[in-house]
Order: sequence, then C-alpha cells, then structure tokens
Amino acid sequence: MRRFMARENDGRSAIMNLEKVVFGFFILLAATLNFGFVYGDIEDPMHHQMWEFFPVLVVNLIATVLKFGDRTHVGAIHLASSLVAMLQLVGAALVWFFATPGADGQLTPAVMAGIVSLSAGALLANIVSVVIMVVETTIQRR
Amino acid sequence: MGSVFFIALRRLRAPLILLIVIVAISTAGLSLIPGVDAEGRPVRLTIFQAFYFVSYTATTIGFGEVPYAFTDRQRLWVTFIIYSSVVGWTYLIGGVLRLGQDKGFQQAIVSARFARNVRHMREPFFIVCGLGETGMTIVRSLDVLGFRSVVLDVDERRIQELELEDLSIDAPALAADASLPDILLMAGLRKRECQGVLVLSASDEANLAVAIAVHLLNPELRTICRNHTPAISVSLATIGVYQILNPFREFSERLVLAMRSPDTYRLISWLTGLPGARLPRPIPAPPGHWIVCGYGRFGMEIAGSIQRAGFKVSIIDPRHGAEWDVQVVNSHGADAAVLREAGIESAAGIVAGTDNDSINLAIGIAARAMRPEIFIILRQNLLSNRLLFEAARAEMTMVSSEIIANQCLALLHTRVMGEFLAIARARDDDWAEDVIQRLRETVGDEAPNFWSVTLTKTESPGMIDAMADLPDGLRLADLSRDISDRDRTATIVPLLIVRGDEKIELPTGDMRIFKGDTILLAGSREAERDLRHILCNANVARYVLQGEDALRGLVWRALANAFSRKRKSGAG
Repeated sequence: MRRFMARENDGRSAIMNLEKVVFGFFILLAATLNFGFVYGDIEDPMHHQMWEFFPVLVVNLIATVLKFGDRTHVGAIHLASSLVAMLQLVGAALVWFFATPGADGQLTPAVMAGIVSLSAGALLANIVSVVIMVVETTIQRR
Repeated sequence: MGSVFFIALRRLRAPLILLIVIVAISTAGLSLIPGVDAEGRPVRLTIFQAFYFVSYTATTIGFGEVPYAFTDRQRLWVTFIIYSSVVGWTYLIGGVLRLGQDKGFQQAIVSARFARNVRHMREPFFIVCGLGETGMTIVRSLDVLGFRSVVLDVDERRIQELELEDLSIDAPALAADASLPDILLMAGLRKRECQGVLVLSASDEANLAVAIAVHLLNPELRTICRNHTPAISVSLATIGVYQILNPFREFSERLVLAMRSPDTYRLISWLTGLPGARLPRPIPAPPGHWIVCGYGRFGMEIAGSIQRAGFKVSIIDPRHGAEWDVQVVNSHGADAAVLREAGIESAAGIVAGTDNDSINLAIGIAARAMRPEIFIILRQNLLSNRLLFEAARAEMTMVSSEIIANQCLALLHTRVMGEFLAIARARDDDWAEDVIQRLRETVGDEAPNFWSVTLTKTESPGMIDAMADLPDGLRLADLSRDISDRDRTATIVPLLIVRGDEKIELPTGDMRIFKGDTILLAGSREAERDLRHILCNANVARYVLQGEDALRGLVWRALANAFSRKRKSGAG
C-alpha cells in the first residue's frame, strides 16, 4: 500500500499509513453497522431493516478479506474474530431466507428474534475485533 | 503449507475486495430498481434473486432475465453490472495467474512440499548435502540398502536430475544452500530418524561451512565430510566430524598398500565394495620407480605416498615443481620424448593423474605403446567417460566419486566398520590373508554382507530377554547357530567385538559377549536376516540358545514361573 506523507528519514514523525486507515475504517464500520442493525426491539421487524442487514454482510466480508495474510498472532486472532462474525451473519441471512412471512407480509416475531440474536453474536465478535485493534494501536510506540 | 496459503491470500486481497464491492453494489442496485411482473404489476427482485442474477451474469453464464423480463431501466443497470463485473473477474484471474508464475511463490510451494515430505518421514534417513556424481551414487546406493535420503544442493538442475532417477521411494530434495541453519532444520537435522549427514559437495570451503552448522545444531549426529585440502581437514577433525573422506589420500594409501601388502588391499576393497562383488584378483602394484603425471592435489598425495613407502618417483607436470628432491619434467605426459626423459624404460608404473580425462587417456595410450607391460593407473574425473577408461585397459582406475561413495556406504551401512578398517590397515599381510581365508571358507568367493549388531534393549530385545536365563552367559558361537536347527551353524563369521573402548578383533566362538557389545559380522544375506529375527524375538532366541520351544503366552509363562518356583522351594 502507498503511504500518505511518507518521510523515510524520520520514523518517529506522524506517518499516516493508508493501509491502516482502510483497515481501521472497515473494522469500525463493520461493528457500527452491525450495532445499528441489532439496535431496537428484538422482535419488531420494523426495527431491523433488510437494507441495514445487507451492508453489514458486505462490510464484514470486506473486513475479513482485509485481514487475510497477516501471519502474526494478533493477525490470527483478528481473522478468527472476523470469521466468527461472518459465520453468525451468514446464519442470520439463511434464517431470513428460509423464513415464511406472516399474514401481513412481515416476518413473525420469533423468526425476527432469531435473526437479531444471531447478528448480536456477530456484533460481539466485531467488538472483539475493535478492541484488539485499539489495544494493538496503544501498545505500538510509534 | 501455511506460508503458501498466507502468501496467496495476501496477494489476492485487492482483487477479492474489488470483486466483493462490485457484486455488492450490483446486487443492491438491481434489487432497488423496480421491475414489472408478467401482468405488468410493479415488483422488485429480492436481494437473493438479485444476487443470483449477478452471480450468473458476472461469471458470463447468463441464464437470461429471471423471474420476469426486465424493464429498460433494469437493463441499463445490468449493462453496468456486466462491464464492471468483467473487470473484477479479470483482475482476480490475472492475480491468480500472476501468483502462479511468481518465482517467490513457486519457491514457497516447493519448500513447503519439501518440509512436509521430510516431516512425514518415519524411516531412518540420511541428509546428503551436495548432489554431484558422488552424491548421486550415494543416494542411489542408499536406496538399494533401504535407507532414505534427503538431498540438498545449490544447483537446481541437479535436483531436477534427481527427479529423473529411478528410486524406489522418492527422495525429498531442495535446491538451497545447505549451510543455512533453517534449511538444515527443514531437512530434518533434529529429527529422531536422521542417521547422519553426508557432506559431499566438490567445494571444500562449502563443506566446512555445512559441517560447522551441523555440529552446532546437532552435535550428536554422525557427519561424514568429503575434503581434499589438508588445512581444512584439521578444522574438520577439530569440530569432531566422524569421518573425513579424502579420495586422493585414500587412493594413494591404497596404492601403497597394494604395493606392500596386496592381501590387505584386497581385504579392504572387499570390505568397502558393494555387496555381491567378487573378491578382486590380487593386482600387485609393483614396487620400484614410478612416474606421476600431473602434480596437483592428487599428484601430490600419490607422489608423497610412494615416496614415503620408500620408492622412487619422477614427476611430469607443465607448471609445478616439487618441494623435495625429485626428478621433475616440466611438460605434459602424452609425449614419447618426455616419458623417456622421466625414465619410462625402467619404471615399474605410471600414474596419469591430471584433472583432464583426455590427457590422462593419452598418457595411458602413449605409455602402453612404449612399454606394454608397465603398470598403468589412470585418474578418471568424469563418470560419463567410464566406457573410454574401460577400453583403455589400465591396471587401476582412480574414480574419486566411486571411492567416496563406497567408503561412505561401508561406514554407514555397518556401525563399527570404520574401526575394523583402521585395524586392517594397521595389520600386516598375513593377518589379512588369514581373514580372507576365513571368510572364503564360510561364504565363498562372493563378497559377504557385512553388518553389525548391538546387544541393547532397543536393537535386540529378544536376545536380551533370552540371555538373562542362561546360566553361564552368552557365547559368540551362540550367535552363529542356525535358526531352524540350533546344532548347525549359519554362514556367519564374527570379525570384531567393540566393548566400550576395547576392541577384540577376530574373536573366537567360545568368547563371552555381554549386554552393550557391538559385533561386526560377515555372512550371507539370509544369515543376516535370520540373526536379526533371533535378536528381536525372545521365543526364537530361547530356542536357539537353549533348544526348547518356549511357552508363548503371558498366562502360560506366569503359570510356568509359579510352578517352577514352587518346585524350587519344595526342593529347597
């Protein structure tokens, strides 16, 4: 990745690394979107829009791919948490796909609760990702 | 394999993300744009339907417009999908192809496969560093002997040649610098199955580097190192290399041995020869005046050896002179006038020892033409010239790689062979004659199998169990009893017992042997197989030692023990 304002001669000066920006952006976005979807009454289909769920899925997928290829221990945990989130979200998507809507065309409260709780699990994994990222950043003395 | 996977993932990150973004935007757009169903009512594709459509369109499968024919507005968006997704896929496929051609990636795949093969090796193996003619011969022979080998060489072409070899089990091979610790560890240096390291490249400095690395990483391992330079030889001996093989010195010493004690020479070539070879005819290299052509590393060794043995030497070399008082003719040897000047009319033998095969052959032909009865020794540098050298009909041919290979194999195959060879060299001709006679009486003219056994719990558990019952201990003759009839003797000749630092050569049958002894034996292949069976199986060992068919099962043995104890206490 290219570096913003790269100054090779002075390692201590603030170098903004585009890779880090993109990485942080997607991890955080995955967590916030996930939160946005889960937030609300767990059984109420009005509080959990399909069009909120779709970006959660896509952004999580991108975050997973971004974590590919880091061979450090922290990198491995990062990837693991993302894979867990993906697993939960795909589970939620499948529940959504196979659910039969009620008489009014809306999902039944039981199905909705299932979807939201699966996504809430994914939210937890995403929070772990964010925490690791924050900790890693504070440990780094640069 | 892990690293290969990670490299692949890392390289494909950008194309994968681009593809995800394209598919996501296309899917979202398609399910947002309203269409109409068959009756003209407005209807939207669900996200799944949109994703399905994008999937088959992007991959150019194209099932058509399902579930309803699209409106123009939808078709406009689909046009965008088609073009953008083609870009995404091409980028990804291009990335995969680039990855496959990447030198670093290929290297990672090759070394990952190598490391995995070595990791899964469960049979005893040797690490062979340097795959020249010598290395190739050794890998081939190790394969015949039932050992596996792991091969390292810097030259990739040699590794590829190895792949064409017809080995019974493929030897894992890697084109890498063997003096790098990572590479050595990857080759299984610290594995329990690793029996030793053979350092055989043609460069003495490289060999030293590898030997040092091996010594530091795993000092217990036996290292056999090829070397031609005396100075490096000292360093190698200091770090405790098990055997240093100098083909030039080896050959020179053997030549002198052949002059002074032909039978010892025959015995040694039998011991270090390949199994099944016939006992070589005695060729007495005649003592007297010798001419040495080519005064390089080989010439120096051989001239020195002949001189030390007390014979006269003349040297023919275009460049070098000798450090001591000796006749030197500065020229090539393939010249009648030069040969005459060096004194071929009265010489006992001539050594054509330059590093050029054509010159050596020419010298041989010239010398033969002048003195048909002269003893000719030719140095053969390249294995591929074998036919020419056979046709030249020299009395002896010196092939470095063969000498090293034979020596190596004898040492590896049989544990205390090195000690026995040292004894054979130190003894005189009558001793050797006696050994040869003994061997011929028992096994005939064909080279016997030489092998060693150690009386330890791990190598001969059956014998250790069975010999505990013997009242007056185990005798050497017990080892040469026939497995099917204990009163007959198998074709086995014991040659040496090594007990700690003590070495007992040519032991007699009534000699007692103890736990921990290593015994060097000679005999037929069948005898070796039978003896190994006896050593491993306690029941067979009991029969051979005591002549009774032992009780086999655990219960029966326990009952028998209890019974005999009762009888003993009753009698007492």
